[in-house]
Amino acid sequence: MSHITFANVEVTYPGGLKALKGVDLEIPQGQFVVIVGLSGAGKSTLIRTVNSLVVPSAGDVRIGDRSVTRARGGELRRLRSDIGMIFQTFNLVKRSSVLRNVLAGRLGAVQPLRGVLGLFPKADVAFAHECLRRVGIPEKAFARADALSGGQQQRVGIARALAQRPSVMLADEPVASLDPPTSHAVMRDLKRIAREDGITTIVNLHFIDMAREYADRIVGMRDGLIVFDGTADDATDQVFEDIYGRPIDEDRDIRGRT
Amino acid sequence: MAVPDRGVVQGPPARPVTATRFLNWGTWGAIAVLFAVSVQQTGFNLEVVGQGMGDFLRFFGRLAPDWRALPQIWGPLVETLQIAWLGTVFGTILGLPLIFLASFNTTINPPVMFVARSILTVMRSIPDLLYAAILAPILMIGPLPGVAALTLFTMAVLAKLASEAVESIDPGPLEALRAAGAGRNRMIVFAVLPQIGATLTSFILYVFEINVRASVIIGLVGAGGIGNLINRYLSFFDYSGLGTLLIVVFGVVLAIDQLSVWLRSRLI
Repeated sequence: MSHITFANVEVTYPGGLKALKGVDLEIPQGQFVVIVGLSGAGKSTLIRTVNSLVVPSAGDVRIGDRSVTRARGGELRRLRSDIGMIFQTFNLVKRSSVLRNVLAGRLGAVQPLRGVLGLFPKADVAFAHECLRRVGIPEKAFARADALSGGQQQRVGIARALAQRPSVMLADEPVASLDPPTSHAVMRDLKRIAREDGITTIVNLHFIDMAREYADRIVGMRDGLIVFDGTADDATDQVFEDIYGRPIDEDRDIRGRT
Repeated sequence: MAVPDRGVVQGPPARPVTATRFLNWGTWGAIAVLFAVSVQQTGFNLEVVGQGMGDFLRFFGRLAPDWRALPQIWGPLVETLQIAWLGTVFGTILGLPLIFLASFNTTINPPVMFVARSILTVMRSIPDLLYAAILAPILMIGPLPGVAALTLFTMAVLAKLASEAVESIDPGPLEALRAAGAGRNRMIVFAVLPQIGATLTSFILYVFEINVRASVIIGLVGAGGIGNLINRYLSFFDYSGLGTLLIVVFGVVLAIDQLSVWLRSRLI
């Protein structure tokens, strides 16, 4: 079971900044949730409590019936290996090959010594190629990661996450560094794969139109709290104006029209 | 902001009286005082240097090389290079764990990092010649203490240089691998080594250059290599042998330096 439960999650960073002020949220298995909100609203922090990259100062995050927040050491690494993550800046190792970047997604699962030596089982290598095929760039396997375009690099990021065979996928502003047409192509891939594999997905976005187009459910955050939770149809312009705290016409950027 | 009237000629602004102005005077003053005190205490005297000039030139003339000494020189010279190479290899292998323990982004926890950094600081404060002098009586006169001395020196210098490189890598891939459930060693191999590989190789070559020069000297305190031969030539007043040796060493060290510089320029 891979439904996600946030129970009264609070995060206070060293220095006293309260990024999350008590978040309760229940995400059923297989749902594609988009979180919207201004920079600093707590979106990135919320998503990082799911794999404990940020540890809540209070409350609990559970996947199924297992607490991620309480997990330590090997147990935490096993939980993380079940959670794929993609990033705004892709976070690839630029000097390594695309294939090696994708195989890095298997690191949580292979035996320790094999992992350190980079000796992946044949099945893992074949699966890495398969992941690249699913994101549409099988021919790039042996290219260096930094030789690829932004959209292609993000696809490698998705392939790396897929190589984990995840049941949960986290995407932190996955298209914020891409141009609009590429953004839509990447979002379509992400949605299609999540649907096909039944992956519970949380995506941070700040473009309204994109959120409406791809989300099963939209969660609005403002100032460390959830201020909206509903379907794309429920999320009217008025709702977004409340989330962003300003009229949307004033700043066309947050519409993200292509 | 007030806009000055056109037509009114304004002189340059007066130089502000700042603390740095006085600090500059203070710095020059300190240099002068230290100079005066040092001359006084060491008894440095230009006159004596001038009187010694003649002896110096006469001595230099006696260094005229005698190429018959060459066969004697090759053996110790090769041993010197072997000491430098082994010290570099062992020092690199032993220094690798310290690199990552001393870097904030790959260490186990802050106390471990503190201990690793402290060890490196202490190790670096001891010059290679002193290591050799201490180790020679313990490990028996010969190449072994030389290798040990350069191993310690290489560990300390390489780990310090490389850990600065590790700390300046792009943190993104580390976060991605942590999120994928990879442990520390796997993160180092997959996210750190590819990023610092070229720099690390360049540092190793650089330390090898230093070690070649150091390995010539450490024989003077009994740590093997060509320094032993220098000692012998000096004590037997064999100045033409010494002259030959100096020319050979000069050529070889220069060649290795140039080769290493060229290799390093190709790496980055």
